[in-house]
Amino acid sequence: MDCAMAENGAGSGRGTAAEAGRQDGEAVALRPHAEDAFAKELAALAAADDRPRPERWRLSPWAVATYLLGGTLADGTVITPKYVGPRRIVEVAVTTLATDRALLLLGVPGTAKTWVSEHLAAAVSGDSTLLVQGTAGTPEEAIRYGWNYARLLAHGPSRDALVPSPVMRAMAEGMTARVEELTRIPADVQDTLITILSEKTLPIPELGQEVQAVRGFNLIATANDRDRGVNELSSALRRRFNTVVLPLPATPDEEVDIVTRRVEQIGRSLDLPPAPDGMDEIRRVVTVFRELRDGLTTDGRTKLKSPSGTLSTAEAISVVTNGLALATHFGDGVLRPSDVAAGIQGAVVRDPAADRVVWQEYLESVVRERDGWKDFYRACREVSA
Amino acid sequence: MTERDEGEHGRARDAGERRAVGPWLLGVRHHGPGSARAVGAALAQYEPKALLIEGPPEADALVALAADEEMRPPVALLAHVTDDPGRAAFWPMAEFSPEWVALRWALRRGVPVRFIDLPAAHSLAGAEPEEPSLAAPDPGPEEPSLASPGPEAGTGPEPGPAAGDARVDPIGVLAEAAGYDDAERWWEDVVEHRGTAASGDALAPFAALAEAMGALREEGQGGQDGQEGVEGGASRDAVREAHMRLRLREARREFGDDIAVVCGAWHVPALARRTTVTADRALLKGLPKAKVSVTWVPWTHRRLSRKSGYGAGIASPGWYGHLFSSPDRPIERWLTKVAGLLREEDYAVSTAHVIEAVRLAESLVAMRGRPLAGLTETEDAVRAVLSEGSDVPASLIHDRLVVGDVLGEVPQAAPAVPLQRDIARLQRTLRLKPEAKERELELDLRKETDAARSRLLHRLRLLDIPWGAPAHSRSSTGTFRETWRLRWEPELSVRVAEAGIWGTTVLAAATARAASDAADASALAEVTALAERCLLAELPDALPVVMRVLADRAALDADVGHLAQALPALVRSVRYGDVRGTDAAALREVAVGLAERVFVGLPPACASLDAEGAAEMRTHLDATQQAVGLLCSAEGDGAPEGDAGPSGDAPSGLRERWTAVLRVLAEREAIPGLIRGRAARILVDDGRLEDGGTREDGGTRGDGGAARLMGLALSPGVPPADAAAWIEGFVGGGAGGMLLVHDERLLALVDGWLTRVPGEAFTDVLPLLRRTFSQYEPGVRRTLGELVRRGPVVAGVPGGGTAVLGRGAAGGDEEAVAPGFGPGLDRDRAAAVLPTLHALLGEGADGKDTSTGEMR
Repeated sequence: MDCAMAENGAGSGRGTAAEAGRQDGEAVALRPHAEDAFAKELAALAAADDRPRPERWRLSPWAVATYLLGGTLADGTVITPKYVGPRRIVEVAVTTLATDRALLLLGVPGTAKTWVSEHLAAAVSGDSTLLVQGTAGTPEEAIRYGWNYARLLAHGPSRDALVPSPVMRAMAEGMTARVEELTRIPADVQDTLITILSEKTLPIPELGQEVQAVRGFNLIATANDRDRGVNELSSALRRRFNTVVLPLPATPDEEVDIVTRRVEQIGRSLDLPPAPDGMDEIRRVVTVFRELRDGLTTDGRTKLKSPSGTLSTAEAISVVTNGLALATHFGDGVLRPSDVAAGIQGAVVRDPAADRVVWQEYLESVVRERDGWKDFYRACREVSA
Repeated sequence: MTERDEGEHGRARDAGERRAVGPWLLGVRHHGPGSARAVGAALAQYEPKALLIEGPPEADALVALAADEEMRPPVALLAHVTDDPGRAAFWPMAEFSPEWVALRWALRRGVPVRFIDLPAAHSLAGAEPEEPSLAAPDPGPEEPSLASPGPEAGTGPEPGPAAGDARVDPIGVLAEAAGYDDAERWWEDVVEHRGTAASGDALAPFAALAEAMGALREEGQGGQDGQEGVEGGASRDAVREAHMRLRLREARREFGDDIAVVCGAWHVPALARRTTVTADRALLKGLPKAKVSVTWVPWTHRRLSRKSGYGAGIASPGWYGHLFSSPDRPIERWLTKVAGLLREEDYAVSTAHVIEAVRLAESLVAMRGRPLAGLTETEDAVRAVLSEGSDVPASLIHDRLVVGDVLGEVPQAAPAVPLQRDIARLQRTLRLKPEAKERELELDLRKETDAARSRLLHRLRLLDIPWGAPAHSRSSTGTFRETWRLRWEPELSVRVAEAGIWGTTVLAAATARAASDAADASALAEVTALAERCLLAELPDALPVVMRVLADRAALDADVGHLAQALPALVRSVRYGDVRGTDAAALREVAVGLAERVFVGLPPACASLDAEGAAEMRTHLDATQQAVGLLCSAEGDGAPEGDAGPSGDAPSGLRERWTAVLRVLAEREAIPGLIRGRAARILVDDGRLEDGGTREDGGTRGDGGAARLMGLALSPGVPPADAAAWIEGFVGGGAGGMLLVHDERLLALVDGWLTRVPGEAFTDVLPLLRRTFSQYEPGVRRTLGELVRRGPVVAGVPGGGTAVLGRGAAGGDEEAVAPGFGPGLDRDRAAAVLPTLHALLGEGADGKDTSTGEMR
């Protein structure tokens, strides 16, 4: 399972999820929630799980970790891995949810933050839908509560006229709430979370009431590493979170695998023919991305400057897809260096001054010398000239 | 399994069950704080009359030093072959090492201590150093590649039961059986984290462990003993254990049965085994022997850690030290320490953070089903809570706390370090006496002895032992000669002792020191300087490390200025390397790489500079030009002597690229005039400009002549200040004047421009021009003045189309002539040259009055 790529949209990992949903019922959602798609696994885990569970948790922390990382239960049920990555990270994340600290998942785009948060919520609370999507326009009501104005006008302020936010509902029911893209939310709105996370209450001054969080409530937020500084969390808020950074794919093979699979899926939807000899080029793109991202050549012998762009796996995918489209419509259908050269340069050179130096240094000091990369070097030189 | 009856490890078990049936075999994990505590408890409970420790018996005489006030762990017992200090072995001991705890206990109580391992005289004699330089210890703190000690030397102290890779990894097998993927963690869980208090008998954990080891040994034994049998000369372990048994017997005869033995857990079953004295003696027969000296040397935590060469196999000495020294609540105390460190480094860490971190660590322990939080849990907690997901504090903590900067101390009374002997030996063989009187020493590096002397002095300088200071040579400045001023100050002996931590020989110590310095260097130029010194001191093993650091620094350094500064020293090094016959290929590769980076970075870095920045950049430009020239000529050496320009492959490539960069610099608008002028000038000097685009540019594209560039730079539209800066760049510097003297076209351009400068701008331009022209030698200035007074001759310039110059100047003559020369040929004057020319060419000229033959 390559769920590292499954964030923000129909990730490849959800292929299986959708299929699982299809077997269950007639009307199939385009994208079923995690708790529905993997209902069987969750049930099997709950049955096999004899470890102590924190209050209102569907599973014990150990079982939650197993759900995410995959494994085989005593009764033979195979739990598919939802997240491929270091075990320690998942353990810290699950443990955090069991304490009264909230969990902040950080990572560059395309590292499965949303995916992990959804599955954590599904496994812990059995419900991944208590979700606030953070945008530049997210209002305070989305985190606290709103009003049903018809009722408000008709009957005056009362709990009936109040429209609870997902966070408020999670507090009242002891569930896991999720906030996506926390750093996109304006700072003043972000700070409404402070009371919720430290006092565990949500005051409703209009009614002279408050909602107190019951045990089991916790919150998972995701934020983009690269967005730091967009709406940097105040240190008061930051302090309420335990931070877990989700890394990029660990090995080139893993990443090539993810890229290949996604490219295939996207290609199919764009009616592009499968590239027969594209593998080499894909590997090359992934290599270039990884080397520049890590600031180190794969043989570990030469250090490199890193450009300002993210160079995430997702971008590698789009470079290859673009190249494939070029090859199909203007070339001979085979993915060639010249098809990806422009795309790569576009992805690398974000800042025309600094990144160009980075890219040219890379070309001159690494690509030029490398065996079998002559044509790629030439293609890149052509593009950058 | 030859002549021994085995499977008898009953004694160890007996010791656990009943009280006081000695000898008590305390099997430990070297450097395990849990083991250390357990040993302490066992000794306190049983109070043995004598203590035997796994270590070289030669060190028995040095035991008392361990009680010295000034002795501070971590220290190490160092044994080395007396006349070959390069063959050495270390037995490091930290404050939390069981051996150290036992040693101090015994010294406090006045209990006699014996070391019982195989004498270093045997183990070191057996070690044949396959590569003398490598067999010497290289405690390069961060450099595993450097630190690959000789096979025997490194394993001398047997770095923890988990690290002996030749034999079975006992702890690893036990851990695997217990379902742990990491042996260290298993040990932590089972031994280090379980207090001895629970069982009441302080020997209980040792008995259990001995039993486990016994089972393990039996399992692995087939291979183990078989190996012994087959390979004739019994395995190292068997020999060592036989010796331990013999020493144990001796001790029992002397002190009775109340003896405690502290040794690696792996050896316990072997010591408990009943064997005959003759069998043991037989094993020890015929071992090679060497004369060995032993001393204490200071050690560091960093060198205890796994990364370094004589690593004792502990990844986290700082953490172990903490576990050992903190009386209670180790996690709370540790995280408080971490918070303290982070606060020192200006991270905002509150007490609330620490509380949360402790709670997370404890929850993690519960989730992972461990008895007590270990390093893994605290690291996870620190990462999630204290450092907010960032790696920077995490690595800081690892470096400063988990490994730690602790440096041991050894009392003055400890025997001399081997480095001192090595220096003395070298001084003898090179006939260089240490004298307090200052004297000068001339070395001719082509002579073998002199070269060796030079190397020694350079190496000592690297080690901060400034016995000799390089002086300026009076007679010659060639690279074959060196002049030194020698003076041996008494405090240099102290320096030698201090340098002893770097290695046992001058070569090894200097190598390790250089590697460490390279890792610590803050600026790129420092590293290049170091590379130069490495070459001078001939440290072939240090050079790759320094080069690696250099390449890394260069790759990450975004400042072209730094790169350009570093380049000349590096190129010089390449030349030295050639002169001295060392292989400087790696160096050259790095130099070329560095040059490439400068090429790439230079054009953007030159854009939009102010006057000051431009002036600085010009020096970089000159430095690079010089370096590229040297580099190309140095590369040309490989090919037969000749013009290194177009013939060689790589160098010409480099030269071509540099030319291309200069062209860009000379033509790009956004670049300050000073630099454009300078680039143009360099191109002219190299003859790369006149013929325009020669090979690559396909000829016609902008014929790029100097006159064209100058014309562009001095066009009426260009602000006068800018144009003046261009002039400064182009004809500035000492030799610039000659250019103007000899190329009247250019002079005319300058002249023409100058007359066009509007009055109000002239005062602005004047200082710049004055600066430029005042650098010329008086003669050149006068000649220029004369030329200007005479007024330019008008010429149809060949090649570059016609340039009508010197408008408003004295009327032009009609003939087209070479610039700088009057019309027509003055045959009489030309004829006067001929005799001299003949003389110079050696064509047997009549040679009368050659001195006056010069052109006047």
